[in-house]
Amino acid sequence: MEEISILIGGKAGDGTRQAGHVIASLLNRVGYRIFFYDDYPSLIRGGHNFSIVRASGKRIGAHKNTVDIIIALDQNTVENHKDRLNADGIILYDSKKAEAQGLGIDFMDIVKEFGGKPIMRNTAAIGALAGILNLEWSVLERDIKGSIGKEVDLNLQIARHAYDGIEAPLKPLPKLDQKPLPLVTGNEAIALGAAKAGLNMYIAYPMTPASAILHYLAEHENELGVVTVHPESEIGAALMALGSAYAGARTMVGTSGGGFALMTEALSLAGQSEIPMVIAECQRAGPSTGVPTYTMQADLNFVINAGHGEFLRVVLAPGDAEEAFYTAGLAMNLAWKLQIPTFVLSDKHVSESIFSFDPELDKVKPENGLLWNGRGEYKRYLDTESGISPLAFPGNPEAIVKVTSYEHDENGITTEEPGQIARMQQKRLRKRKALADELNKFDTVNIYGNPESKTALLCWGSTKGACIEVAEMLDLKVVQPLVLEPLPVEPLKKALDGVEKIIDVEVNATGQLAKLVAGQGFCIDDMILRFDGRPFTVDDLLGNVKEVLS
Amino acid sequence: MTTPKELGTYAQNTWCPGCGNFGILASVKKALADLENDGLDLNKVAIVSGIGCHAKIADYINVNSFYSIHGRVPPPMTGIKLANPDLTVIGHAGDGDAYGEGIEHLIFSAKRNIDMTFIVHNNRIYGLTTGQFTPTSPPGFKGRSTPKGSPEDPLNPVELMISSGATFVARGYTKNMKHLQSLINAAINHKGFSFIDVLQPCFTFFNTYDYYNERVYEFTDQDHDASDRSQAFVKAQEWAYGEGERIPIGIFYQVNKPTYGERLLAGRVPIRLTPGDIRPVLEKHI
Repeated sequence: MEEISILIGGKAGDGTRQAGHVIASLLNRVGYRIFFYDDYPSLIRGGHNFSIVRASGKRIGAHKNTVDIIIALDQNTVENHKDRLNADGIILYDSKKAEAQGLGIDFMDIVKEFGGKPIMRNTAAIGALAGILNLEWSVLERDIKGSIGKEVDLNLQIARHAYDGIEAPLKPLPKLDQKPLPLVTGNEAIALGAAKAGLNMYIAYPMTPASAILHYLAEHENELGVVTVHPESEIGAALMALGSAYAGARTMVGTSGGGFALMTEALSLAGQSEIPMVIAECQRAGPSTGVPTYTMQADLNFVINAGHGEFLRVVLAPGDAEEAFYTAGLAMNLAWKLQIPTFVLSDKHVSESIFSFDPELDKVKPENGLLWNGRGEYKRYLDTESGISPLAFPGNPEAIVKVTSYEHDENGITTEEPGQIARMQQKRLRKRKALADELNKFDTVNIYGNPESKTALLCWGSTKGACIEVAEMLDLKVVQPLVLEPLPVEPLKKALDGVEKIIDVEVNATGQLAKLVAGQGFCIDDMILRFDGRPFTVDDLLGNVKEVLS
Repeated sequence: MTTPKELGTYAQNTWCPGCGNFGILASVKKALADLENDGLDLNKVAIVSGIGCHAKIADYINVNSFYSIHGRVPPPMTGIKLANPDLTVIGHAGDGDAYGEGIEHLIFSAKRNIDMTFIVHNNRIYGLTTGQFTPTSPPGFKGRSTPKGSPEDPLNPVELMISSGATFVARGYTKNMKHLQSLINAAINHKGFSFIDVLQPCFTFFNTYDYYNERVYEFTDQDHDASDRSQAFVKAQEWAYGEGERIPIGIFYQVNKPTYGERLLAGRVPIRLTPGDIRPVLEKHI
């Protein structure tokens, strides 16, 4: 199989992430499937940022520890990453800023020759890389034109000079006969999926790693038909979203764990008032401020249990950009069909990594909830067999729509009468059946690897990519529940039928999925947990699994 | 035409006899009935309330309502107004909601000048939780949580709202019902964030009727230029929710400015937006 991994690193402000994007785009254009991992501390200048672009002939959803090429814009990059280099790997380094064994080029000298700015060292490095990979100049030219907004000609001159300076292609990369695909982050896919499912308003207070959903939707408001709002706080965001959904707008909020903590009173209000609510929760390493720009899967228990009182919710956990797209659409449609809160539970590793994106776009479309037929007197909380009351919105000339945080009668008037209280609680929980019917319409549990294997890796969310590759290497099965609440017990039983050993793989310290699943009577044999803020790489996980199996 | 009586519901009213909330309820119903006569579609009215005695008004008026949670009146109002700008959105909050738990939302509503009306039922006491001091209780107020007297000075919400950017700032008194109703009418008709602090005695826990009856006086645009911000501040400082001989009620400040909806939405109506085609957007990702 054809594949290559390239690491580019430098200080924050050096523009390595942007350069990484150009590299990913180059490899995409010559037929490769991409996974892009971005590693950066929570600061604006200095520190050490790096990105890994992994390109493969087949679909991938994870990166490896080892790389074939390191592009070092500073000495830190050399020191921190030289041990990652494969036996025949190359370090391409800025000879003014770093010392290393490899190919040193004075990028700044090239930049100066054409009167460029220091940030354009990246352009020189990319030009040299294209030469090393023996890519056609036209591919690079197109990419620079497409991705660099300012001073295109200058960048082209710099890139060309560096490209021509490479005398022999040290790592020629064959062109593959595959069409390039859109390169999309998990966050962008969440935005696109929600928009495709009819999102009208997105309301969010900035918080890493969810902020990019807000940025992306704000940038594409008109194309996608969405209004974005950045309010005073997450409390404001969540309550505004309820107001907006009450008025009939399909609305989503997005945040990370700390912001979601502030939204929990609104979550209970959604439960009581039966106002559709869609929440994208992009996890980062906690507790509290934790490690803001690094990944963790530690909010599962919180999201499943958040909010006081008892009410239904749906938690969907995408493991890549395509699933992020689908689950965002599902979350929107389920919230409106069931009139309950729904979650897309992502994490930094899905939200901010870039994937080759090839979903069935038309699988996601707006599906309406049950709308009032206009006959008789409108009752917002009509006690129906399914528990779902028809929706009407303020402004309807025939309906008065009263929603409330209090327990209430069918009209939405406060009640403290015991019979009414019990009846309304039952009505809301009765929607469980309709919810189960909706969940039965798609695969709530995904299976990969060898379906006949007696050993299964159990995972959720972003660990999916590494698990699949390891399973393929070791001939194991992968079981990934896409829905985590309500836990799809029967599909899990089916998926784990015949499995003799279950190895749980999670990026948290306590094995939250393992506990959930064990609570349903499944026996978890081993747990591989990582909680240092870093995601599993393929080679890390391979070692961990081999150790458990030996 | 709807009469104020028809604007009621079957919900049993549980306010204490003599409660100032009755004055606000009657004024709002009368204002809505009058506005309907002037062409306001009552099905396009949505009221939002918080939690506390005031909030029961959502159960007592037969229009669209969102009975929210404590402190969170402005955010649902904002969501409703943005999602469907055709709606007339009226908020009711207690002084605990408005000036305590949810004060940031109030300040931001004023800052944004969102086109909605916010009525504070300011009894300067927590009534439903049976008598604790609030952000506008007088200094030294002895409540159940401050038996030795409140150690804080009160906020002056009128001053706060003028400085935060509200474009209609008024104070009313529940006993002066005709005046209050005219304030509510004017507030709803004003395009922008309209704020009314209503002095509302709590008959059970903080009976301020005699105190207000002796001090409250109505001012009009004859003796006050409400378009003058400096004059508005001076008027607002006449009484700082503590001691004082005279308590002015009326419109302190009123100016016209672009609203949040106009600036943010630029004519878009979110509930009528349809999904765009994501394919051209995805093309840019290749």
